[in-house]
Amino acid sequence: MTDTLSPALDERFRAAAAAEGLLDVAYDVLPDTAIGALLVGVTDHGLCRITFDPDPEQELEQLARLFGPRVLRTSRPLDRVRLELDEYLAGRRRHFDLELDLRMVPDYHRRVLAELARVEYGHTTTYGMLAAQSGNPRAARAVGTVMNRNPVPIVLPCHRVVGANGSLTGYGGGLPRKEHLLRLEGAIL
Amino acid sequence: MAIAVPPFEAFYEANRAEVFRFLGRRLGRQQAEDAFQETFLRALRAYPRLEHGEHLRAWVLTIASRIVLDDVRKRRPQGELPELPVEDGLPAFEELAPLTEGLPPNERAAVVLRYGYDLGYDEIGDALGSSEAAARQAASAGVRRLRKEHH
Repeated sequence: MTDTLSPALDERFRAAAAAEGLLDVAYDVLPDTAIGALLVGVTDHGLCRITFDPDPEQELEQLARLFGPRVLRTSRPLDRVRLELDEYLAGRRRHFDLELDLRMVPDYHRRVLAELARVEYGHTTTYGMLAAQSGNPRAARAVGTVMNRNPVPIVLPCHRVVGANGSLTGYGGGLPRKEHLLRLEGAIL
Repeated sequence: MAIAVPPFEAFYEANRAEVFRFLGRRLGRQQAEDAFQETFLRALRAYPRLEHGEHLRAWVLTIASRIVLDDVRKRRPQGELPELPVEDGLPAFEELAPLTEGLPPNERAAVVLRYGYDLGYDEIGDALGSSEAAARQAASAGVRRLRKEHH
């Protein structure tokens, strides 16, 4: 068929759009990582999104609302993120060297996430502890909400936050994933 | 209420096949490939300025038509008499746009695509998400309304 758009041409346009700096958000779907399908998104400012088991339609609407309507799937701008995630999930990386775009995160959430970022590989903390470090020891529940809305899980390690009694409690990507990540890091056996 | 513009990915996926077919019919495969990329890059540049998400198919086809015309003009050696007087004489969207401003959106799109870009009614119907007959009707209703307004 001569009048059918070829995949190569489709990819060429996507790459050109990113190369010309015309995108508000460049995203890609990593269909089969060690912890399942992930959608990853970056802006000019850095990584803005990691979503487990993404529902693309809903996801794109949300990204468009937050960052602007020029949201396009394209692969090159995500190269760095893909590489670091691969290395991390293979147990070959302990720290992420990625710029983050947290501009759309509310102030309190950002403060808690900044504390979260200091919890090291292979260690865990509790909701209460994180609440105290963020300025309000009684806000453990609010911290739970912040973890739940963490726009870049894995990279900002909300999987390292557990209940005061050591139970895993909950995880946006589902408890089996939390367990997988903590086991990967050697935080649990 | 205005419909917000969809994420560009959704707009692109919904229209890329049709834009490519449209360009292929007018330019041939090779030229169509370059024109395809240029069409959507232009659309991407203009996208943040769109105020609503209506008639996006018509909108992107007018961009594609514009690129076809530019391409035809570019390939015609300078100084040579125009071989496509009909197409060359088409008023550009910029000229038609102010004239048709008062028309209902559907009629306006039909008039601009028909008389500004020489699209067939079947293509206009596709672009507007309606039928060939509805496109014909919208264009002639638009023209009637314009005649009334300008007399």
